[in-house]
Amino acid sequence: MNKDYDVIDIKGKRFLYSDKVEDHFFNPRNVLDNGANLDQFNARAEVGSPACGDVMKIYLLIDPETEKILDFKWKTFGCASAIASTSVLSEIVIGKTIKQAYKTTAGDIIKELSGLPKKKIHCSVLGDQALRKAIDDFRKNQSAVK
Amino acid sequence: MAPNRIIYVDNASTTQIDKRVLVSMNPFLGPVYANPSSIYSSGLKAKEAIEKSREMIAEFLDAKSQEIIFTAGGTEANNLAIFGSTSGLQKGKIITTAIEHPSVLRPLERLEKNGFEIVKIKPKKNGVIEVEEVKKNLDRNTVLVSIMYANNEIGTIQPIAEVAKIIKKFNSQRLALNARPILFHSDACQATQYLAMNTKKLGVDMMTINGSKIHGPKGTGVLFVKEGVKIEPQTLGGDQEYGLRPGTENVAGIVGLAKAVALIDKADIAKTKKIRDYIISELLKIKGTWLNGCRRRRLPNNINISFRGVEGESLVLYLDRKNIFASTGSACSSRSLEPSHVITAISNREIAHSSLRITLGRYNTLSEAKIIVSEIKKSVEKLRGVS
Repeated sequence: MNKDYDVIDIKGKRFLYSDKVEDHFFNPRNVLDNGANLDQFNARAEVGSPACGDVMKIYLLIDPETEKILDFKWKTFGCASAIASTSVLSEIVIGKTIKQAYKTTAGDIIKELSGLPKKKIHCSVLGDQALRKAIDDFRKNQSAVK
Repeated sequence: MAPNRIIYVDNASTTQIDKRVLVSMNPFLGPVYANPSSIYSSGLKAKEAIEKSREMIAEFLDAKSQEIIFTAGGTEANNLAIFGSTSGLQKGKIITTAIEHPSVLRPLERLEKNGFEIVKIKPKKNGVIEVEEVKKNLDRNTVLVSIMYANNEIGTIQPIAEVAKIIKKFNSQRLALNARPILFHSDACQATQYLAMNTKKLGVDMMTINGSKIHGPKGTGVLFVKEGVKIEPQTLGGDQEYGLRPGTENVAGIVGLAKAVALIDKADIAKTKKIRDYIISELLKIKGTWLNGCRRRRLPNNINISFRGVEGESLVLYLDRKNIFASTGSACSSRSLEPSHVITAISNREIAHSSLRITLGRYNTLSEAKIIVSEIKKSVEKLRGVS
């Protein structure tokens, strides 16, 4: 994992996390609407389990010609850092090609969130895995079509 | 953004100190600073305050003064009970429950490593243990039983008086063999404010109380040790507290703890219960909601509820935004990354991750309860929209 992010210390803070996490946690971006038509997406993935306390589902719309990620919607059951990390990931990858997006690491997500508390780093950042799984799903479907 | 008022509903964690407790402590944080072991007048004054406090607590517990050992909190009292009563033994069987506080479980796990056999009784789905389970585990190797009076997470009340009766009966049969009697300890930290605390009627040999759970000062506690029960001190260096807890006494803390005990008014219970029942019945109206622990055999101040699709830490932080302070059994709020061992023992990890604990105290009102319910409904809806 990329190590160039900060480990946030809660000393003297009024919130457990960075301002960036706080913002994404309370105002999550690109959440899948309840009742949304899932047929509009051509790649999806789910990682985590309720027993472990984190479940992340992501839905991508990828342009088959340019392989650009046109849309990224998600649902996350989890703590503040799990919700914020999925939200921030959606902003990172929309507009990127799947080749670029595939390289996204947990470290990139944590850096974008201005750091996470140490104990949260390994458990709550599942987005990069979900993303790669969804892209693999897309590639598999594409080769099946061909 | 956050409203001006604060609604504190995490009283199982700690309580707001009562102003009257604070006033009672003041002289001993100021002018009466002499060491209670000193023989001049100021020392005697401090000593007198300690002994008066001891009598007040003895009266509350229907005990003798010399049965009251002041400690620096519930954790220390539980450690003293467990290590103190097994000191000198190489092995033996100890019966406890799977839902004890860590200050009982961790000491027992250390004893297990050193050769003791630890039996952790699993409660029923409602969070209450079967007395029969204790009975069938008692045997000639058993040296100690430690069962909490009421649970800190789900508020369930254990049948400790019945457990004590069974142990007493077993001991009377054993006495003929000149065997060491089985000792019975109960952690009563959460029970003190709300349940009957008469040690004679409960039949306990040792019992733990914590000042910070009863609107008293933090870092104060009591271990009741019945006359005739031999325990060994776990720290050495003085004769204070009958040699069982050496070190210059926390005079202000002891005085404050006694005051907090004296202020316990069982008449408050009806009011607390009414608020609890209102919150429980309103929250259960939300779809996909479970109450953790028995509704009936439950502390008057405890609500522990799980919402499907809502992770506990997220909910606590959404409520924090509204200046409502509650807690959760989710792993995300613990240091261990494991969800609550208590809720896991009676249901499963998913429900533990989704749990919210609301614990009432002396200062909570029904109008606060209405705000709590409405804010929880909004937060649950929002978080379910995300999950």
